[in-house]
Amino acid sequence: MANTASTEAAGAAGAHDEGAGRRDFLFLAGGAFGAFAAGASAWPLLDSLNPAKDTLAASTTEVDLSPIEQGQAITVKWRGSPVFIRRRTAKEVAEAKAVKPDDLPDPQSDEQRFGSGAREQWLVVVGVCTHLGCIPLGQKDTDNKGEFGGWFCPCHGSHYDISGRIRKGPAPRNLPVPPYTITAENKLIIGKEQPKDGPGGTTA
Amino acid sequence: MPIVSMVEHSLYYPVPRNLNYMWNFGSLAGLSLIIMIVTGIVLSMHYTPHTDYAFDSVERIMRDVNYGWLIRYVHMNGGSMFFIVVYLHVFRGLYYGSFKSPRELLWWLGVIILFLMMATAFMGYVLPWGQMSFWAAKVITSMVGAVPLVGESLMELLWGGFTVDNPTLNRFYSLHYLLPFVIFGVVILHIWALHTVKANNPLGIDMKGPQDSVDFHPYYTVKDLFGTGVFLLVFAAFVFYAPNYLGHPDNYIQADPLKTPPHIVPEWYFLPFYTILRSFTDDWWLFQILLGWWGMEAKLAGVLAMAGAVAVLFILPWLDTSRVRSAKFRPLYRVFFWLFVIDCLILGWIGAQPAEQPWTAIGQWATLWYFAYFLVMLPLISRIERPRPLPHSISQSVLGGGGGAAVAAAASPMEKSR
Ligand code: HEM
Ligand code: FES
Repeated sequence: MANTASTEAAGAAGAHDEGAGRRDFLFLAGGAFGAFAAGASAWPLLDSLNPAKDTLAASTTEVDLSPIEQGQAITVKWRGSPVFIRRRTAKEVAEAKAVKPDDLPDPQSDEQRFGSGAREQWLVVVGVCTHLGCIPLGQKDTDNKGEFGGWFCPCHGSHYDISGRIRKGPAPRNLPVPPYTITAENKLIIGKEQPKDGPGGTTA
Repeated sequence: MPIVSMVEHSLYYPVPRNLNYMWNFGSLAGLSLIIMIVTGIVLSMHYTPHTDYAFDSVERIMRDVNYGWLIRYVHMNGGSMFFIVVYLHVFRGLYYGSFKSPRELLWWLGVIILFLMMATAFMGYVLPWGQMSFWAAKVITSMVGAVPLVGESLMELLWGGFTVDNPTLNRFYSLHYLLPFVIFGVVILHIWALHTVKANNPLGIDMKGPQDSVDFHPYYTVKDLFGTGVFLLVFAAFVFYAPNYLGHPDNYIQADPLKTPPHIVPEWYFLPFYTILRSFTDDWWLFQILLGWWGMEAKLAGVLAMAGAVAVLFILPWLDTSRVRSAKFRPLYRVFFWLFVIDCLILGWIGAQPAEQPWTAIGQWATLWYFAYFLVMLPLISRIERPRPLPHSISQSVLGGGGGAAVAAAASPMEKSR
């Protein structure tokens, strides 16, 4: 290598310049290719850490809603996390709708979350505190439901209202509403977006 | 053989003759690492990294595997002992100014080790798949969600799913096995750096010649062995008489992703940092003044502050600009150093309390003081303080002016240095 270089350097001035240009080009092209190769081989390794196909495949959960009474709540597992389902009373729905979204830390109306009509009585939220992931209390009648009558996260004291919206405490966002469908047979499919104006009532 | 010459070099290299017992914790940290690696490798032979079997496999280690209880208790308490030793080692460095020139690189390597240790211990705690394992993992990994825009995807990448689950347990196990060996590598660099710049000492002044030093062997090998004996006594007391004292009983309940324990607490060595994390709430005035008004979320601020609480050690050499190393000659620094120690203890105590008043307020003041100490007080103190005069040399200070060849005094350097 060194020999070749010095032989070249000893050659004519013009040839030398040409050689230098070629070397620069080869260096840059080689470097770029190397960087690309490194990135391309790192990607499969990195992407292998993302949710695998079987994990993604297990991403809908079905629930029969018929046995649930007004004011009753159940918890089901969807994608490894609890989903809170609550059949709200008319009073609770009215209470949720009475709040002005602008006054909230994460402004969202109850209608934006759960639609209207027959659908609005069903509250469906991922029961994972948006602060650091604890499961809030409030599914059982005996639970502490916090200052806004919905859910209370005991980990660092976040209060959610009856629409699952954050009202007080360190959590930044409302309890997320998963995509869900309510079928004509009163079946709930969590993980599947409701077709617009489906049988379960109007979505927002 | 390079190994032999390395060992020989380590044994006969010159060390300040006046080191006190605070200088034992380095070798104890090394010993702890080796104990963790040896017990960890054996545990791995019996452990099953799967959400359905992990908990039971650890119970099997406890009940059925010969001496399994001993090996697990040594590993479990060894983590705590490791942190005790390393924290003392770090505070020693703070007190005697060991982070100052020319030892910055040595110090930075130490901070990297601390970060790696924290990651390792955190992931190890998840492996037995108890309630605290699961919920500690959930709460800590959820912090990543605070990153703007990509937080959610980063979290899924970290979990390999939509919450902490089997893929998470598997990768944590893999990394928990790997990282201690990375630590081992950085420890070698740490010791290499140490041998290049030589040890600091309680006076914080440089060695000026052979009269200031003794050979590592036999003087400090013996002293380190004595320290090792004391260390192993304390260690054994935990392992045999209070093996679960430092742990949390809820971790003997198998993980339940649908039920958060009423009161989540991390391992004791993370408590001060946990307090700092929790201190950042939307209604904390300091947060509002500094960060809240331009729209940063309290959650993100808490996460950054928690990482910053360790990372601030990196910039310490620029924060404390005093030319005098040892707190012995720094009347003002010494006072604030002890206030800082108390502050860290308060942070630790609050970390174990529920997130309610008055704990939250106390934690917030302690958090404020933690950062004020580093970012405001240290630069200020080093500017206004008038240090006491430094002794002429180590030997002069140790031997009371003689400065000669009186080697006998090296046997009890501590008393002589007063
Ligand atoms: C820096 C060194 C290390 C630290 C700080 C550390 C820390 C921990 C902690 C805190 C636990 C949980 C103990 C419990 O509550 O049951 C644990 C578990 C475990 N560690 Fe480590 N560890 C270290 C090195 C290693 C190494 C090198 C290996 C393997 C080669 C290993 C293998 C394991 C295994 C298999 C478990 C699960 C069994 C159990 O929970 O007892 N560890 N580790
Ligand atoms: S995780 Fe719910 S308040 Fe922190």
